Amino acid sequence: MRPLDNLKVLDFCWVAAGPMTTGYLAEYGATVVRVESKLRPDVLRSSPPFGGEGRSLNRSGYYANYNANKYALGLNLGSPKAIAIVERMVAWADMVTENFTPGTMERLGLGYDELRRIKPDIILFSTSMLGRGGPNSKLPGFGAVLSSLSGLTGLTGWPDRGPTNPYGAYTDFIAPRFAVATLLAALDYRRRTGSGQHIDMSQLEVALHFVAPLLLDCANNGREGSRTGNRHEAAAPHGAYPCRGEDRWATITCMTDAHWLALRRVLGDPSWMQAERFSTLLGRKRDEDELEALLADATRTWEAEALMRALQSAGVPAGVVHPNKGVIEDPQLEHRGHFVYYEKPEIGRHPVQRSEFRLSRAAAAQNWPTPFIGEHTLQVCREILGMADAEIEPLIAEGVLEVPAPAEAGG
Amino acid sequence: MLSPYRVLDLTDERGLLCGKMLADLGADVLQIEPPAGNTARRVAPFYRDDPGPDQSLFWWAYAANKRSVTLDLMRADGKALFERLVASAHFLIESGRPGELAALGLGCDRLAEINPALIVVSITPFGQTGPYATYLASDLVGMGLGGFMYVTGDPDRAPLRVGFPHFYLHGSAAAAAGAMLAHSQRVLTGQGQHVDVSCQEAVARSLANSLASYAIEGSVIVRQGSYRQTGADTFMRITWPCKDGFVNFQFAGGASSGQSVNNFVRWMADEGSPDEYLLSLDFRAMGYGMITSETMNRIVPPVSRFLLERTKQRLFDGAIERRILLFPVATLGDILENPQLEARGFFGTVESSEFDARLTMLGPFARASAAPLKPGGRAPKRGQHNAEIYVDELGLARSDLIRLASAGVI
Repeated sequence: MRPLDNLKVLDFCWVAAGPMTTGYLAEYGATVVRVESKLRPDVLRSSPPFGGEGRSLNRSGYYANYNANKYALGLNLGSPKAIAIVERMVAWADMVTENFTPGTMERLGLGYDELRRIKPDIILFSTSMLGRGGPNSKLPGFGAVLSSLSGLTGLTGWPDRGPTNPYGAYTDFIAPRFAVATLLAALDYRRRTGSGQHIDMSQLEVALHFVAPLLLDCANNGREGSRTGNRHEAAAPHGAYPCRGEDRWATITCMTDAHWLALRRVLGDPSWMQAERFSTLLGRKRDEDELEALLADATRTWEAEALMRALQSAGVPAGVVHPNKGVIEDPQLEHRGHFVYYEKPEIGRHPVQRSEFRLSRAAAAQNWPTPFIGEHTLQVCREILGMADAEIEPLIAEGVLEVPAPAEAGG
Repeated sequence: MLSPYRVLDLTDERGLLCGKMLADLGADVLQIEPPAGNTARRVAPFYRDDPGPDQSLFWWAYAANKRSVTLDLMRADGKALFERLVASAHFLIESGRPGELAALGLGCDRLAEINPALIVVSITPFGQTGPYATYLASDLVGMGLGGFMYVTGDPDRAPLRVGFPHFYLHGSAAAAAGAMLAHSQRVLTGQGQHVDVSCQEAVARSLANSLASYAIEGSVIVRQGSYRQTGADTFMRITWPCKDGFVNFQFAGGASSGQSVNNFVRWMADEGSPDEYLLSLDFRAMGYGMITSETMNRIVPPVSRFLLERTKQRLFDGAIERRILLFPVATLGDILENPQLEARGFFGTVESSEFDARLTMLGPFARASAAPLKPGGRAPKRGQHNAEIYVDELGLARSDLIRLASAGVI
């Protein structure tokens, strides 16, 4: 059985943070009906990489990673008849999820007060860049920008250079874990009290919890953070060092004297490592530039994997710096079954990442790959809303309901 | 929201955030510290730069809203107290190495014997089993093996981690989601279970499209400093220097970014710096992350000139007015003065008689209309709640509490 077999979610989320949130719910058994329209498709559908040939809305591997196991309801929200269908779906749902710019749901007549009139105990999840209310709540943007506002960009980089953005729409992948915990807590609260609620999550505020100690340092001690590359205030060596081959690297971190002594053994204890000044943490920190340069010369002759294995066997925290290829082929992730591969027309073979935990009693079998827009429109209308085909067909003809084009439907 | 539930939190600095999230959501979280105190109390920075046991700001940030009891699991009396706590708890969170609890006679089977409804959450770098299960991982090692570092940093230097340790935070936040999934199942079945979290997987899930790029297109994505590679020969530019610092301006195509870039190009023209080539392109139609290196090379010089002539505030004001996705690269000080955070009352203060000061703390990670989350409060002192739990709740005699304290069990 799956933990969320009874949960019904009406999902208006798009891009990354929202769909990843509802992706967890779908993976663990919730019935997630995702509303989307060909007239305003999710921007990730036109984001690389693309499987298959050419470009269509069904070929993005980025999009496919977050939307497996969901039902796709094609609906043009610009039409009043579509809003009437949404209202019927709200009556069915336990939870409505959206990450539009604040105010959009209200403009569609789907604000929390309206939803509550239809379903008094509905749980509405709204997440946006900066949260609802306040002077900047309607600023457009997504996670890549938010890395900057949350201080993460300013703190990442080398001390002698400008800031570097953490890869990707980084904060988009922080918020979903907080969101899932909160939504399931709200569900439990509703079960116990009968009360639904509106949850408003500012992705900026969530991201600040990932830098909280430094913010407290600034607020209470007046210290501005600085870029420190890969260094650690209480450990040395602590960095990524070059290995044999092009752009190959291994991390080595000596958190204790024992780690340092073991590193010396593995590297054959060359004379420079025996120097008295490197025998203490304070000495290694004092001459860290030189220490790192000498260590880099010593690691260059090693294969990264071999160095990791040798150091881990000796009890030193060390690892390969994986390129994306290395992650895809990583034996530990393979052991965990992290990547599930699907075949689907247009995109072809593509991976979907599982959630980062295994539950001992819960099946989280991924059942179907990311659907085309409107792939489940007929099923949702018939089975959830109990609509007759005579009612459905004119709505398709009018463009209120959307189904895949015949070429796509073959899938 | 979670007020009926008790969480036993055995984690150190690697797992504190999970229990903190559940505490913010209303759960009664008991941080169980060894008698010498949690090692997270030694993590910098420290209030007033004094490395005392109650002054770690890392501890404040991630132990706030919890209660603290001490006990030594290696001692028979400590273990007996722990087992009594397990009997009535709902969740147990731990961040020990795989098998560490089992070696103390407290493996999942034993815990389930004491309390079949208990949910045990284990936060480890790589998971409980597999070829890396016994590997040691510092933050840096984890961020490297998770795939984050290779794509972050400048192309002419070593790969970089994010400027604050995130490896265990990713796993700990995911652990709270996993705990609540297991709880949802317990509501249906009455049974507890084991949640086995891998921080490596959590980082691997935080890499946007990078992994799919290799799996689908065979492209190895490389780090590009202020740029980002989005495909075999497609890029976006993220950070740009301006007159007095840096701004983040996502120069990319697509419905949102592309419209923002179109608006920016018009702004350049309105302010007397029209660029014929830029004006000839429609970035909205181009597709997100679809700008080729050749196009990018033609774009950068005129855009850079425009930005370098203006301050980050001036650029941000213009961006708001014209709906452009451009933001200052915030310093920590900028964040404390962010008007949006201020309007939402995000930062709050707690009174500390001990330090004779009002301390600034972070607000909650979500706003909930019916059952609000707790904002950051004081983090507990070591064993601050021993009497409350051991005497008032478990019924231990005061004299026994003193005896156990003297014996170093609590």
